[in-house]
Amino acid sequence: MEEFDGEPTVTWIPGVNSQKKQMCFDWGPGEMLVCETSFNKKEKPQMVASCPFIHIIRKDIDVYSKILRKLFNESHGIFVGLQRIEEELTGKSRKAQLVRVSKNYRSVIRACMEEMHQFAVADKDSASGRQFSSQVSILSAMELIWNLCEILFIEVAPAGPLLLYLLDWVRLHVCEVDNLSADVLGSENPSKHESFWSLVTTLVLQGRLDEARQMLSKEADANPASAGMCRVLGDLMRTMPVLSPGNTQTLTELELRWQHWHEECERHLQDGTFASSPRLESLCKVLLGDDAALLEQKELLSNWYHFLVTRLLYSQPTVKPMDLHLYAQSSLDLFLGGESSPEPLDNILMAAFEFDIHQVIKECSIALSNWWFVAHLTDLLDHCKLLQSHNLYFGSNMREFLLLEYASGLFAHHSLWQLGVDYCDHCPELGRVSLELHIERIPLTTEQKALKVLRVCEQRQMTEQVRSICKILAMKAVRNNRLGSALSWSIRAKDAAFATLVSDRFLRDYCERGCFSDLDLIDNLGPAMMLSDRLTFLGKYREFHRLYGEKRFVDAASLLLSLMTSQIAPRSFWMTLLTDALPLLEQKQVIFSAEQTYELLRCLEDLTSGKPLCGEPDAQQLQDDDIETTKVEMLRLALARNLARSIIKEGSLEGS
Amino acid sequence: MEEIYAKFVSQKISKTRWRPLPPGSLQTAETFATGSWDNEENYVSLWSIGDFGNLDSDGGFEGDHQLLCSIKHHGDVMDLQFFDQERIVAASSTGCVTVFLHHPNNRTLSVSQQWTAAHYHTGPGSPSCSNAPCTGIVCNNPEIVTVGEDGRINLFRADHKEAVRTIDNADSSTLHAVTFLRTPEILTVNSIGQLKIWDFRQQGNEPTQILSLTGDRVPLHCVDRHPNQQHVVATGGQDGMLSIWDVRQGTMPVSLLKAHEAEMWEVHFHPSNPDHLFTCSEDGSLWHWDASTDGPEKSSLFHQGGRNSTFLSHSISNQANVHQSLISSWLSTDPAKDRIEITSLLPNRTLSVNSLDVLGPCLVCGTDAEAIYVTRQLFS
Repeated sequence: MEEFDGEPTVTWIPGVNSQKKQMCFDWGPGEMLVCETSFNKKEKPQMVASCPFIHIIRKDIDVYSKILRKLFNESHGIFVGLQRIEEELTGKSRKAQLVRVSKNYRSVIRACMEEMHQFAVADKDSASGRQFSSQVSILSAMELIWNLCEILFIEVAPAGPLLLYLLDWVRLHVCEVDNLSADVLGSENPSKHESFWSLVTTLVLQGRLDEARQMLSKEADANPASAGMCRVLGDLMRTMPVLSPGNTQTLTELELRWQHWHEECERHLQDGTFASSPRLESLCKVLLGDDAALLEQKELLSNWYHFLVTRLLYSQPTVKPMDLHLYAQSSLDLFLGGESSPEPLDNILMAAFEFDIHQVIKECSIALSNWWFVAHLTDLLDHCKLLQSHNLYFGSNMREFLLLEYASGLFAHHSLWQLGVDYCDHCPELGRVSLELHIERIPLTTEQKALKVLRVCEQRQMTEQVRSICKILAMKAVRNNRLGSALSWSIRAKDAAFATLVSDRFLRDYCERGCFSDLDLIDNLGPAMMLSDRLTFLGKYREFHRLYGEKRFVDAASLLLSLMTSQIAPRSFWMTLLTDALPLLEQKQVIFSAEQTYELLRCLEDLTSGKPLCGEPDAQQLQDDDIETTKVEMLRLALARNLARSIIKEGSLEGS
Repeated sequence: MEEIYAKFVSQKISKTRWRPLPPGSLQTAETFATGSWDNEENYVSLWSIGDFGNLDSDGGFEGDHQLLCSIKHHGDVMDLQFFDQERIVAASSTGCVTVFLHHPNNRTLSVSQQWTAAHYHTGPGSPSCSNAPCTGIVCNNPEIVTVGEDGRINLFRADHKEAVRTIDNADSSTLHAVTFLRTPEILTVNSIGQLKIWDFRQQGNEPTQILSLTGDRVPLHCVDRHPNQQHVVATGGQDGMLSIWDVRQGTMPVSLLKAHEAEMWEVHFHPSNPDHLFTCSEDGSLWHWDASTDGPEKSSLFHQGGRNSTFLSHSISNQANVHQSLISSWLSTDPAKDRIEITSLLPNRTLSVNSLDVLGPCLVCGTDAEAIYVTRQLFS
């Protein structure tokens, strides 16, 4: 066993005094049931107020957020799409696809974040509003991490472009500057605005030098004394060599030109060009990537990774991916300055800079309150073929483990179970068993829902589950006295035993009422009739009635006889069948031939001789026996008469 | 491909319906109702695709549909129909049938009438009776017909507190859908592949006619009647097959068309342009079936005079050459299959598309992936 990575969290159950009382629990797929026990520790039973409730503890509470549901649903589509692109593509186009998928995921996070933000603003003061804003910050952290992972692991940016990506990353996530800029430019006299200089500095820190220059020109217009200095600084900003995407220059060329530019900045500082304006001088120091000058702007940088990127921009613009972690570590140390310790987010980002994917996922799993993020990120990184070698000591592999954890959260939810199915499908090793366990536990409230669950099972040839669902529905139908429905379900499940049971109910009802119910079904059984002997009998017996009703007596008679001789009819029903033969025997024309009459007689003798003699018959039984005896007598008489008539008829026919 | 707008709404959508346009109106549809299912709390909601006067930066319409109002609904919404312009009838999995009234002025929905326990089971297992889901509704002002898992058919009138007529045990299996054939005849489909025609003028619990798919007993889930030819009926089954029936002739379908890979949940003829048919399915697809012939006079109709007049020109065309075109399109046997053109309307497959509705050039559908899709340019 590995050690715990963090202290397990304690959840208090309201109403339960854990000092005095004991609790018991039971695991569910995604939830846990907890209740108080009446167990006492052999002490004098104390009268402590007990808690009468059974509590359901859910571990994945984010699943229940209404806005996050959109995230789950929309990302489900992206996830399924990602599994499909899988093998077809290779090389460049594959990478482009994966980057696109990653961006799709991020845009879904952002959309969700924006909506959440609107809600948070709408009711700022209530508890739910605060909850929304904490969700917003979690989502924004998720997007920040995802974006960095996208740059480092999926895009795999080489030295040079790497810094451009990182700059975009910082600009995207430290975006207060846009509001500030609109604010300042909107004012009457921008250069006199109280935030003017912090705006200029922020622009420089983010490497938005064109905008910074425009700002400086405003200052130059307003303040002729510093116009010269502003122009010089502006020129420095303009001439800073940067890598542009379309450019063909090599990294060495860029480094050389950058070196020259750096020296020029240095010279201006040495010469004291900006000596008379401390603000411009500190800006120049920023351009030189001076750590101390940058740290002075701690407020504006707001976090260490911004500091890192700015520092790289002005001191190591062609940083190699492999060296990134060195700068990251020193930036973090410098920025925090020993005053505070790094937070989970810092650790996650640091792990990413160290290219330690597993550490990133591990830290995220601990820090975030849902499985959505790690499951999808891990899956995407797995598609980038970055996770092959890693095996866990539980489950099958990390991707599958996380996906299944996420899926089981979905299954625990009242309505999101349908999403969970696809996640299980794409876990080759344990997905199937996991799905089997979950799908059986979905409550089947309506037939419509049952049909959807059935479809899931049938598509995956989960015969055991199909049978169990059909059986549940058949049982329900029987309980509701819907025999037709029950029969349909047992036919669908190919459940012979249950079909027999339902057929018996039909026959019993027939014996009681003297007519069949649900003819529309029984008349249309078709090949399904062969499912069980009893069902076959039911169908054939009904056919006999139809033939009789249509006055096709000869056909009816031979069908009736064959039901008994072929042993399809249950013994207990023979008497009814023989009684049904009575009116046929009493018809004017002879219907049963002599041979058939002998068969009938044999059936009757079989039935009567097989009857055991009871010891002490009660009054009711005596009466029943009485009726029975009369019936047998009548039958015998009718059979004898029919035999006589048929012999005469057959004899005369042969004679003629 | 026409533009389709999607919106995720955090509830699984079971039904979508356009609000009918006032008679003689030349507007396009802009309000629709949805019902949700399988949520802990279900809702009946009204949405608008109207532009509210706010154009986005490009000067085009904001494509998203906006929520107008919604009301909590007890149980899954199993079916939903507009009774008239203001009233919506909803069927619940609790066996209850509710009429909701929309107040356009203050943008609210309220319950205007309710028949609780319209559908119920009586069985040995349950003490007295337990509720059975109501699975289908059809409205024809002032009548409302409902069918349910209990195999019962109810006839309600908007102004009556009790059912006007009830046929108990009308079907031994679950009734899945119902439609008016011609008043007072209705047609139901059930879970053993039968179509039954009922005439409310006749007493007794027997259907006047039973039609069925032979042998297979494949459950039928949806039915729609041809808007102009009342004897032509389309049904969709569990195997995804589309069947076209002529109820005047025989007991078997006129044609069987292989369609979706899973349950077909709904089928709709285009109300004013019935050569077009729409189906949606559990497999996550939404199809447009075009059986109109390729004759020049036909194809020009769609494009003539730009988009705005499409609706108008369709209705004219229907009056003009409705007869030949229809008989040749859905009822003609073999060669018809080759002429039907099928297009898939949803860009990528998702979870089940549970419901769709068409009106004029507009289509709306709702899915289990909790998204509502709307397009306003069906024939562009």
